[in-house]
Amino acid sequence: MLEYFLQHILSFSIWLPIAFGVAVLFTADDSKPAPTRWLALIGSIASFAVTIPLYTYFNFADGGFQFQERFLWIASFNINYHLGADGLAVPLILLTSFTTVIVVMSAWEVIEKRVAQYMASFLIMSGLMIGVFSALDAIFYYVFWEAMLIPMFLVIGIWGGPNRVYATVKFFLYTLLGSLLMLVAFIYMYHQTGSFAITDYYQMPMSLNVQILVFLAFFAAFAVKIPMWPVHTWLPDAHVEAPTGGSVVLAAIALKLGGYSFLRFAMPIAPDAAHYLSHFMITLSLIAIVYIALVALVQKDMKKLIAYSSISHMGFVTLGFFIFNNLGLEGAIVQMISHGFISAAMFLCVGVLYDRVHSRQIEAYGGVANTMPAFAAFAVLFAMANSGLPGTSGFVGEFMVILGSIQTNFWYAFLASFTLIFGAAYTLWMVKRVFYGEVANDNVAALKDLNKREFLILAILAVLVLAVGIYPEPLTNVTNATVNQLLSHLSHSKLPAGF
Amino acid sequence: MENIRYDLITALPEMILLGMAMLVLIADLFLKQSNRIAIYGLSQLALLIAAYFTFTTHAPGVGYAFGDTFVDDAMSDVLKLMIYLGTSLIFVYSRQYIQQRNMFRGEFYALVLFSVVGMMIMVSGQNMLTLYIGLELLSLSLYALVAMDRDNARATEAAMKYFVLGALASGMLLYGMSMIYGMTGSLNLADINHALMNDAKTHSVLILGLVFIVAGLAFKLGAVPFQMWVPDVYEGSPTAITMLISSVPKLAAFAFVIRLLAQGLQTMAVDWQQMLLVMAVLSIIIGNVTAIAQTNLKRMLAYSTISHIGFVLFGLMSASINGFASAMFYISSYVLMSLAGFGVILLLSRKGFEADKLNDLKGLNQRSPWTAFLMLIIMFSMAGVPPTLGFYAKFAVLQAALQAGFLWLVVFAVLMAVIGAFYYLRVIKLMYFDEPLDHHPIQVPADMRVALSVNAFALLFIGLMPQGLMSLCAYAIVKSLS
Repeated sequence: MLEYFLQHILSFSIWLPIAFGVAVLFTADDSKPAPTRWLALIGSIASFAVTIPLYTYFNFADGGFQFQERFLWIASFNINYHLGADGLAVPLILLTSFTTVIVVMSAWEVIEKRVAQYMASFLIMSGLMIGVFSALDAIFYYVFWEAMLIPMFLVIGIWGGPNRVYATVKFFLYTLLGSLLMLVAFIYMYHQTGSFAITDYYQMPMSLNVQILVFLAFFAAFAVKIPMWPVHTWLPDAHVEAPTGGSVVLAAIALKLGGYSFLRFAMPIAPDAAHYLSHFMITLSLIAIVYIALVALVQKDMKKLIAYSSISHMGFVTLGFFIFNNLGLEGAIVQMISHGFISAAMFLCVGVLYDRVHSRQIEAYGGVANTMPAFAAFAVLFAMANSGLPGTSGFVGEFMVILGSIQTNFWYAFLASFTLIFGAAYTLWMVKRVFYGEVANDNVAALKDLNKREFLILAILAVLVLAVGIYPEPLTNVTNATVNQLLSHLSHSKLPAGF
Repeated sequence: MENIRYDLITALPEMILLGMAMLVLIADLFLKQSNRIAIYGLSQLALLIAAYFTFTTHAPGVGYAFGDTFVDDAMSDVLKLMIYLGTSLIFVYSRQYIQQRNMFRGEFYALVLFSVVGMMIMVSGQNMLTLYIGLELLSLSLYALVAMDRDNARATEAAMKYFVLGALASGMLLYGMSMIYGMTGSLNLADINHALMNDAKTHSVLILGLVFIVAGLAFKLGAVPFQMWVPDVYEGSPTAITMLISSVPKLAAFAFVIRLLAQGLQTMAVDWQQMLLVMAVLSIIIGNVTAIAQTNLKRMLAYSTISHIGFVLFGLMSASINGFASAMFYISSYVLMSLAGFGVILLLSRKGFEADKLNDLKGLNQRSPWTAFLMLIIMFSMAGVPPTLGFYAKFAVLQAALQAGFLWLVVFAVLMAVIGAFYYLRVIKLMYFDEPLDHHPIQVPADMRVALSVNAFALLFIGLMPQGLMSLCAYAIVKSLS
């Protein structure tokens, strides 16, 4: 029984939330939303529980793909239903299923309109994103990658803010454009190798010119998703308009799809191009880190500020990737997980305020700490984590990346470390204006502190942020072997003999 | 004697359908309006019987009849079965619509059945004249169908336009055929191919003939620059007829192209490849860009059809077994999508109200979440977003084109697909993000509701398991062309 389960654990992780999502759709009744909410909560907790054995039964010494499942899906094109997870995918899968629980809880009383569709969208999205993290066949992966756009498109469009249509269409088209170029690259490699298996692509020799084209096709897809400067402009729009749950999933997981995919596809398939273009990538990352942090500083809208902060933090992730050393890469992965917790928490904090006052503007608040002391405590903790205070998870990843980049080039580290100043500046300045000072207006005076549900959500995230900050070993243990294997793969040229 | 019997058996489904269509016409004379539903049953029965005989007489080999003018091979059988299925769905979807508009008469069913016979002859034609006769039978039936709603000025205008331009295209086709005949001395496709192979030198008259033929075909398919009639006819015709025009005849037109270009003029592939390439690129650009500006749903779907045809041409111009099979896969996927799309318009229409404006879809998710969800699947499928069928259709033709070496054209096509996604997304936006303008309850017969749901969900399920349809198309093409 257990053996059967472990052999198909990734399938369960993907299809269980989707099955629950479909079931939730059939409970559509906005006048009696309780059964819908409970079913969604049970579904998300069950889906999270199913993914836990991925960690407990994981072989830490093995850097390759574990829990593999494979059978032929579309024979005409040799497309396989092929799943597997390595040390890179497992933490992200756990993050995804965990975030879904948080999102369902955060929507509990907040979403009153079309509850079933809302909950179902997130459950289905969760399954699809786990599919992205575990698919080992290019087309199978692509199907998940694109399919997850559909629920996200609807979430932003149906439950979003006033400018939601613009934001969601922009989000969809931006992402679609990049993805389709990636599809062309997949088809090209299929005609070269006769296979869509990612592992076959890893072994496929390619000339530098071809590698650069392939890399750029991947870049179009992943840079948009991460997002990297200058293709980041969809993200602030999408975040501002999305409902809280949508922002949480976007920031915590959707951005990681891009980071993960760089490591899964672009770099190992085109390692020589990755080295060749590394200065270009590092430059873009540094621009994101420094310039976008400055942009964040002047935002008046809290969600927009956190959105820009996300872009700046994801700049660390791509910087960590393209300095090609162990510290940098592991730091980038830790940063991805940590950013998943912190950005989720930050967006939830904004959600708490928005549900009460219905404004995201910083100037609409002031002195919130006086009326919501417990909430203020959490918010300050997450703000500290966001600005990279030692002892929180935000510090670990950024510090590792900075250490790694010093080994490559002092100036990279020098520029990157600016984020510690700017990050603290924009986050703490926002905290100061929102939470401290005199009570600014009647709205703030009338605020009620966190209810039990909100307290529970934020407490769980606070514990995780501190845990990863103080003791990141459980996380780095999983990734270690995979990171070493990836780095050794990247150090071998794939150019055909004679070049 | 033996020969005649063999001929008759080979063309049995056509004969049966023709006989049944006549029966429908005669029976109609003796029926009162209240009993006229029997005509509907009789027509469905006709399709069922034809399907039965097509299926049971199927053999993997190739059989010729009537002095090699008519062929029964895997491709013809598969396409005919698809045509029956599509026509049967059209009958189900359109029944209430035509009842409400005083078009529920024997002529409607007889004309549709005649057009089906025309399509079948196109699918099975092995001689230029047979192909032409099939095409004319189809076209003349369609002209009459468009004009069936006599008092509707727009429909009459559409019929006129369709007829005049269609006749012109038929003329061009015939002219091209006559030139090919003049150069090769035969109307039979196999003989033409043989003659061209032996006489390797290309002759300018041949090329000229080819140009006329391709232009005629492009008109029938609705490819740019011969697309002018498509939006007007789609918009002007009664929606039930638009659904017919936009769906199953495309299967026949596909077969027509395969028969003429891939079987008859195979040796001139280099020449027609270039023509198809230009038309494919133009169709995708004009179809997608112009669709954005439309406010009428039927017109939007017309431009969407043009861009889909562009993708089909992408598969055809690859001029390989892989390319033809993927084009066939695309066109059959397209027919399923198109039927479902127009089915939703028919579902939302009622007496005195055509739900053919984009704004009529506003807030559909609040009026009927189920219908909105069906339309959501259809739109994402047309946009080519996985996991729907439309994605695999685009995937198949793009990989064929890439295999044939058209890398940059493929990149161009995917960029255009992004533009295309925009107007499909707008439909979803109207349904899901806007408030409804129209609060009438949706009243349609249960069989239509079920059929439409199955049709739309097929787009999702075949999307999850596309192998069956892919194999079927590959089987049809491989058995017939090699």
